[in-house]
Amino acid sequence: MASLTLRNIVRRYGATTVIHGLDLDVRDGEFVVFVGPSGCGKSTLLRMISGLESVSEGDISIDETRVNDVSAAQRGLAMVFQSYALYPHMTVFQNLAFGLENIRTPRAQIEEKVGAAAKMLKLDALLARRPTELSGGQRQRVAIGRAIVRNPTIFLFDEPLSNLDAELRVQMRTEITGLHDRLKTTMIYVTHDQVEAMTMADKIVVLRAGRIEQVGAPLQLYNHPANRFVAGFIGSPQMNFLTAQIAGVAGDGVHVRFGADDARAATAALPVDPADAAAGTLVTLGIRPEHITLGEADAASLPVKAKIERLEQLGAACFLYCSLDSGEALTVHVPGQLRHRAGDSVAVNVPVVHAHLFHTQNGEAAFARRSTPGAD
Amino acid sequence: MRPPRHLLLAAPAALGGALLNALDVPMRALQRLVGVPRIGWMFVGPNLVILGLFTFLPIVINFYFAFTGGVELYPSQRPFTGGDNLATLFTCGNYLDPSSCEKDIFWRAVYNTAKFALIQVGLMVLFALVTALVLNRKIMGRGFWRGVFFYPVLLSPVVVALIWKWILQREGVLNALLASGGFAPVGWLTEASTAFFWCVFVSIWAHMGFYTLILLAGLQAIPADLYEAAEMDSASPWRRFTRITLPLLLPNLVVVLVLAAIRAVQIFDEIFVLTGGGPGSATTFIVQFIYQTGFAEAIHQYGLAAAASLVLAGSLLVLTLIQLRISRKATDGPSRRDDG
Amino acid sequence: MASLAAFATATRGRGRRDWTDWMSYAYLLLGLVLMFGPVLWLVLSSFKSAAALNEFPPQLLPYGQASVRLAGHDEPLPLYRVKLADGSTREMAEVRRIGIQATMVDPKEPTEELKVNIRDRERVREFRFATENYTGVFGKFAFARFLWNSVFITVVATIITLLFNAMAAFALSKYRFSGHKWVFLLIISTLMIPPTIILVPNFLVISELGLLNSLWGVIWPAVATPTGVFLLRQYMLTIPNELLDAARMDNASEWRIFWRIVLPLSAPALAVLAIFSVMWRWNDFLWPLIVLSKTENFTLQLALNAFQGELTTQWHYLLAMTVITLLPVTLVFAFLQKHITTGIAASGVK
Repeated sequence: MASLTLRNIVRRYGATTVIHGLDLDVRDGEFVVFVGPSGCGKSTLLRMISGLESVSEGDISIDETRVNDVSAAQRGLAMVFQSYALYPHMTVFQNLAFGLENIRTPRAQIEEKVGAAAKMLKLDALLARRPTELSGGQRQRVAIGRAIVRNPTIFLFDEPLSNLDAELRVQMRTEITGLHDRLKTTMIYVTHDQVEAMTMADKIVVLRAGRIEQVGAPLQLYNHPANRFVAGFIGSPQMNFLTAQIAGVAGDGVHVRFGADDARAATAALPVDPADAAAGTLVTLGIRPEHITLGEADAASLPVKAKIERLEQLGAACFLYCSLDSGEALTVHVPGQLRHRAGDSVAVNVPVVHAHLFHTQNGEAAFARRSTPGAD
Repeated sequence: MRPPRHLLLAAPAALGGALLNALDVPMRALQRLVGVPRIGWMFVGPNLVILGLFTFLPIVINFYFAFTGGVELYPSQRPFTGGDNLATLFTCGNYLDPSSCEKDIFWRAVYNTAKFALIQVGLMVLFALVTALVLNRKIMGRGFWRGVFFYPVLLSPVVVALIWKWILQREGVLNALLASGGFAPVGWLTEASTAFFWCVFVSIWAHMGFYTLILLAGLQAIPADLYEAAEMDSASPWRRFTRITLPLLLPNLVVVLVLAAIRAVQIFDEIFVLTGGGPGSATTFIVQFIYQTGFAEAIHQYGLAAAASLVLAGSLLVLTLIQLRISRKATDGPSRRDDG
Repeated sequence: MASLAAFATATRGRGRRDWTDWMSYAYLLLGLVLMFGPVLWLVLSSFKSAAALNEFPPQLLPYGQASVRLAGHDEPLPLYRVKLADGSTREMAEVRRIGIQATMVDPKEPTEELKVNIRDRERVREFRFATENYTGVFGKFAFARFLWNSVFITVVATIITLLFNAMAAFALSKYRFSGHKWVFLLIISTLMIPPTIILVPNFLVISELGLLNSLWGVIWPAVATPTGVFLLRQYMLTIPNELLDAARMDNASEWRIFWRIVLPLSAPALAVLAIFSVMWRWNDFLWPLIVLSKTENFTLQLALNAFQGELTTQWHYLLAMTVITLLPVTLVFAFLQKHITTGIAASGVK
């Protein structure tokens, strides 16, 4: 169990900078997930923490000790590789024991530790088999077992579930979080799947192009995304981004309307701190598909007319893919079943309490939210 | 027919076209006769005829030659002598002393061949492994360096032998370098022990590159993340080499060892040109004995040569069986299971 | 030992250069010298005149004697550095030499003749390629004939090899006639039967076919290479059978399908086999040695071998012949190296 501190971490390959000065704190016992699109640098970051790649600039510290110059083997960490990297010519037992043999652990202790790990992961019946004789899920568990046996201070996972089919993935997700509950060791987990991030993490680090976009608890990122990228990355289907205009500022917040300079368009007030909001400014309004409602407009929503291009009925819910008069697209997620058909026009409502405003130029969140009951 | 793009392809294309059209009619007729699946025999036919004439038939005839005597080439003119030829070869006062044997050159050749195969294969595979390990590292221009070691493999054995003969002569550049260092020149190819050494050296020089390629391919097939996992497992570089590289390279090593042994036992071309088998019979190996006995001496002793080639065939069979056994053991892993 | 093993297992640099990197480059350079050096020495030596070759210790580069053309003399006169009575040295040309006395002139004053003892002078050398070694080879010996023999055997054998092996590979990859598995096994099994153990009976067969001492006697036994069949079959298995079925629907005969569809699509594999076959046939030695007894039928390899016995004193011609013999393979190597090495890696690791 250990804490991890990253200060101003930079990674360069020749003239190209891949990681641009990151800072991060991971507390002892936390389950942190690095998430982001391909090429964002999450695996690179993990490998730098593990010691398999060197740091161009900055400091990595484990438990307050700077480890930049400490070799991978000496950092006391363990890594579960994306391809599992099991030794194909060794049995499961030998795979698990290899790390302990390398540090000259006495035989009796090896058998004890391997036995304990095997039991924990239900591998005890498979100890004499070779990796080629195991299924995908079993191999995964051996890879995890290899990490457990080393009793590391931090577990590192590099996209461990990406090679499994969907059903197995759900099962293994639970097993890994169960493992975390049991061992209470710090775990750093890399994935490109935001569902894994949301369901497993104590803290999510969203990365893009070598920079941290936001760090926070899953619901924190869901409810208060710091910028457009995080808002669009977290949550499925993706948040809708519409062009809106600030109509004015009043006591109850900032008034916005869809469509620019249309004085007759409906406005609604977002309960946010107006700061230096100027009337007439164009902003990006984000609204998640699951928050949009159909039917009669009310004062707390902005009404929009939408034309259904496509319907997907899943039984328990319905996805509407619509287009607006402005030409923008709108996705709506409605519980239950609908009688509408493609081509129909529907009146949808955007409840402002769930809307997010972003500056159009840099995508940063505009206007801090006033604390409102129930919306955190 | 589309006009050929390249002038160089024009001739073979024309030839091909002519052949195609010439044989099309009879082939169609044949096809109608035997049906499509059996036309396969027609295609594989020429190859089988050649193999039959020059491989399978000769194997059978070889036995006949080995068990007959006389100096005639045509089998029906050869008197049946039974095991006489083999007996001549195997008559020895003391099997460990070639000079006590009736056909002492044969036994000298056998011992030379065995000694050569053991030393040459061992050293060559060792150097091939080291070279493959070096080439597997992150080096610039790996393709070029791979070519450097592979180039001698392409040269003909005669050229190889002449290149080194030129260097090793009494007045060659090697002795010149020694002389400039104050040492006396040596008759490299005229002294028995040094001649044998140079036979080993030259054949390693000429063939190592081939096996280096095979071992390099084997090394590159080992996934890089196994080494990373081992590094995380606190394995020292030495342990990574002995517990990961070597075990996973073992199948390739075995293939290389057996292939090299099979070739070493049949060595002839470059040795014949380099030393002619001499001095005396110090570098005479078994294929040269067969050649001399059957074709080069005044009287062609076909029977004896055939008997000697049976001995050679026997040793090759043993080597091939060893390889089959080892490769079967490697691929016969327990089967996969599919429980979650 | 640990560093030695680090050198053995390292596959990625971490940005730092340590001593194992320098060791590796040193090893590679040593390999370069050892592998290319001897060949380079051969080529350099082949450009030295006969006289230069007789020198011991040998010079590194080909030098010939410098010469100068003077008015009044038909042939260029050889230049020497002469030590004069007053201790100075001068470059002078030799007009004639009788015994140990040479009549020399200074090229700047060609009328003044000086009698010089040959002990007081040494040759002036210049860098010169003795190309007469190469031209002489064609003139003095039937070298063109040997070249022709080798080229004939190589080209014809390669063409036939490609044809027969492609046909066999086609049959074994695209047809399921009864017994096709056995035929394939049979062909592959011949890999275990090298020519060296059936030399005598092969000699009989060739003799009975009337092909003794004929180039065809060298060609025919060599064309059914099992490696070639294996290589081509592997490649042809990847050609979709639907193509053949479509052609059959188009009323093409099987022969036509082979020629117009399968063969063109197999071009890459055919190219690799062609390279191998050229190498194998060009370098053949033992079997041609047995079959070809008349000198005019000798291949280059046989000629080289025969002349190295007779011509131990005529190394300048032998070296030139050797260089010419290794030229085609070297050119193939220089331009097609990647194909060769990938072809071997694919087929050699069975």
